[in-house]
Amino acid sequence: MTNPSGIGQSVRRREDFRFITGNGQYTDDINRSGQTYAVFVRSPHAHATIKSLDIADARKAPGVRAVLTGKDLAADKIGGLICGWMIHSKDGSPMKAGGHPALAVDKVRYVGDHVAVVIADTLNQAKDAAELVNVDYDALKATVDVASTQKPGQPQIHPEAPNNTVYQWHLGDKAATDAAFAKAAHVTKIELVNNRLIPNAMEPRAAIGEYDRGSGSYTTHTTSQNPHVARLVMSAFIGIAPENKLRVIAPDVGGGFGSKIFIYAEEVVCTWAAKKVGRPVKWTADRTEAFLSDAHGRDHITTAEAAIDATGKVQAIRVKTIANLGAYLSTFSSSVPTYLYAPLLSGQYDIPAIYCEVDGVYTNTAPVDAYRGAGRPEATFVVERLMEVSARQLKKDPAEFRMHNFIKTFPHQTPVIMAYDIGDYPASMKKALEMADYANFSKRRDASAKQGKLRGIGFSAYIEACGIAPSKAVGSLGAGVGLWESAEVRVNPVGTVEVLTGSHSHGQGHETTFAQLVSHKLGIPIEQVSIVHGDTDKVQMGMGTYGSRSGAVGMSAIFVALDKVIKKATTVAAACMEVPVDQVDFEDGSFSARGTNKKMAFGEVALQAYVAHKFDSSVIEPGLKEGAFYDPKNFTFPSGVHIAEVEIEPDTGLTKVVRWTAVDDFGTLMNPMIVEGQVHGGIAQGIGQAMLEGAVYNDAGQLVTASFMDYCMPRADDLPSFDVGMTTTVCPSNPLGIKGCGEAGAIAAPPALINAITDALGHENIAMPATPQAVWRAAQAMPRKQAAE
Amino acid sequence: MSKVSMTVNGQSVSEDVEPRMLLVQFLREQLLLTGTHVGCDTSQCGACVVHVNGRAIKSCTALAIACEGATVTTIEGIGSESNLHPMQEAFREHHALQCGYCTPGMIMASIDIVNRKGHKLDEQTIREELEGNICRCTGYHNIVKAVGAGAAAMAKTPA
Repeated sequence: MTNPSGIGQSVRRREDFRFITGNGQYTDDINRSGQTYAVFVRSPHAHATIKSLDIADARKAPGVRAVLTGKDLAADKIGGLICGWMIHSKDGSPMKAGGHPALAVDKVRYVGDHVAVVIADTLNQAKDAAELVNVDYDALKATVDVASTQKPGQPQIHPEAPNNTVYQWHLGDKAATDAAFAKAAHVTKIELVNNRLIPNAMEPRAAIGEYDRGSGSYTTHTTSQNPHVARLVMSAFIGIAPENKLRVIAPDVGGGFGSKIFIYAEEVVCTWAAKKVGRPVKWTADRTEAFLSDAHGRDHITTAEAAIDATGKVQAIRVKTIANLGAYLSTFSSSVPTYLYAPLLSGQYDIPAIYCEVDGVYTNTAPVDAYRGAGRPEATFVVERLMEVSARQLKKDPAEFRMHNFIKTFPHQTPVIMAYDIGDYPASMKKALEMADYANFSKRRDASAKQGKLRGIGFSAYIEACGIAPSKAVGSLGAGVGLWESAEVRVNPVGTVEVLTGSHSHGQGHETTFAQLVSHKLGIPIEQVSIVHGDTDKVQMGMGTYGSRSGAVGMSAIFVALDKVIKKATTVAAACMEVPVDQVDFEDGSFSARGTNKKMAFGEVALQAYVAHKFDSSVIEPGLKEGAFYDPKNFTFPSGVHIAEVEIEPDTGLTKVVRWTAVDDFGTLMNPMIVEGQVHGGIAQGIGQAMLEGAVYNDAGQLVTASFMDYCMPRADDLPSFDVGMTTTVCPSNPLGIKGCGEAGAIAAPPALINAITDALGHENIAMPATPQAVWRAAQAMPRKQAAE
Repeated sequence: MSKVSMTVNGQSVSEDVEPRMLLVQFLREQLLLTGTHVGCDTSQCGACVVHVNGRAIKSCTALAIACEGATVTTIEGIGSESNLHPMQEAFREHHALQCGYCTPGMIMASIDIVNRKGHKLDEQTIREELEGNICRCTGYHNIVKAVGAGAAAMAKTPA
């Protein structure tokens, strides 16, 4: 019997009703009785010492309840913000991290850095009073450029980090790699910039802190992807209150893309200040604040080389990257350009030797941390640009060159940590070539040329490591936390089910997909299932949603808990039917005793479990509720091939994406409609990176792209519709066979598009974002004859 | 403070407001109609689109007092629990939303597109007309499908 709400069905989303009717409840929609409003005074300078900070006038302004500074935080022994992943340099020394106070003390280090907070009865009063905070800055020279920040003579941002260098890390076998280069038949060398991005979830960050004097406990509503981690950090490291006196609620959250993983100054200050002012304290970022103070993404410069033998096999890859970490280390920033990056440099390819060096550096810019894909898009950009350029230099077909180098047997141990469990890379390539009608591309190119346009095609065969992550493994690499997930399944006496999950949904549709799993396993209608998430008072400790982990890890936890529920219910059913437990089967929502006509529906068994009249409660505990903490045994390795096709007007630089083919292998699909939606959104962000988006700081450290007027977000008419297809190899590393899908598009898209644009241009000299102006310049650099062809 | 009166979702309202209060603040903070969202401060993102006298506007660009006597419709004012507006239904059917934050503005803008451009909308028209609404989640693929389907459905159902 096919369950219409079961695994693999495109069930329409259960959360949608509240969103399409305006009944969503995002943090800023919440108003608490007596709430006050916080406005942060932010540094206008990229780098300055604070000579004096005069709050007297602001304090006296109408409606103002408090003006608080870093000294007040220190007086209350509130600790600084933390970075939760320890990276060691190649010489064995621990990373050199400077302090990160929630409100600056003595010095500011980027434009937007938090200097003071003004709390008043109305938002306008707080804004007006913030203008009266008189900060006397002694401006210092800023260091903004990632390529030069380590050079002698540059301003020093933190005394702990000489030459603004946080770490000089490496991974892989240098000797084996160098040896492979020494005997290579061909070496491809490229220089890459992975442009800095600003995540721009449509809901700006927000927080409401509250303090209850009666119980001495705090409540924080905040825009978080992982409220339990926020509570853990605010409690154990920042020291606002012990965990049992601090409740963190992440209600509806309007997109995250990584930027809402981190624990920021604002929620810390609002929570702490709530006790000081004796009122709830609310803060909502405006968009400019979001641009200035959300953690940014990417921002690498890289030199990459491939050593290729006479048969066209890549024998080694050598990479040197400088990664901008901004002015302070954000929560997981240190791990992004290291362990989330270099282990992906093998791509889909059987490469015997890889060596990667990464310098993590400070600059006077906003902190940089995980943004959709987090390290893996940067790695894929390196690998897939190297493969494409190599194929061109060797005059080989880019698809055939890739297939020649594909890993073809599994499991496969790469030289950079990862053990790929399963995949079928030729299958997704072949399917993508068919869907993209690659065979007839040259005809389309000729047709474009007749109209004076340049047509190009570009490939990206990506791999992603998600299902983050086996706790012991990441612990050995420096992670400060385990990365399991928790689930609790509460069956109510009438057979309805509540699942409490440590995952958090901010667009992913967990209220639908997680309920599909329950409906599938328990054989009950999806209407009887509720998914609860995002509240530390309701849900036991969990690790949250990022790194495409909620399917592979979060749902696996639910799977294990459901198995325990079925096991317990089977013992109850056996007792009620008066048969031995090993003769009871569970299928399609009912328990039956083998060889008899005895049968009990799941709901009846649930009722009996709570009534507890028909079994010996010294043998079987009453009730029906089970939990699980699921720790994955490996990462998962989604993969696929994206093919971009572009048409360029050489006279204007206008580049149209005329065709996009995506073939992905995500393992088991819980809900194909939702999975395809994730792919669409990821591709859009990837196209945004490749063609539209780029954060720009000027030499003085001013963010000149600090609004939607200046930072080009992808809009509907910038994008095509996407042809999305799937191939499937079932993941052997978790009980559901799921690999994860959230980041694939953002990982695959940038190299596919740049490979297409460079194919059209006939040369490699263009950087992201390939704006019309950049493409026009690049088109002018082409030999005239070729442009006219 | 100034007195302002208008009709919002069929109800007459009359409130004292600061002259600098924006329509979106009036709706969200004074009337607690929080379905209308704020996603930027430069009138770029369209999360705050509502209808004023039958036309879509960005409610972050209008002062509340400038809407004296106006008829305002927000996301809460279209459809009903048992009878969703065809555009709302189309967004759900075609998975045209993920985090839901841009959705109210998208739906209100989309209804306005149909009002102006008719019920047969091709993909290019929809994409160009959605220029003023930013979505970060969906890549617009399913929004474009939903607007086309919603437009066709609106021909059958009186709005």
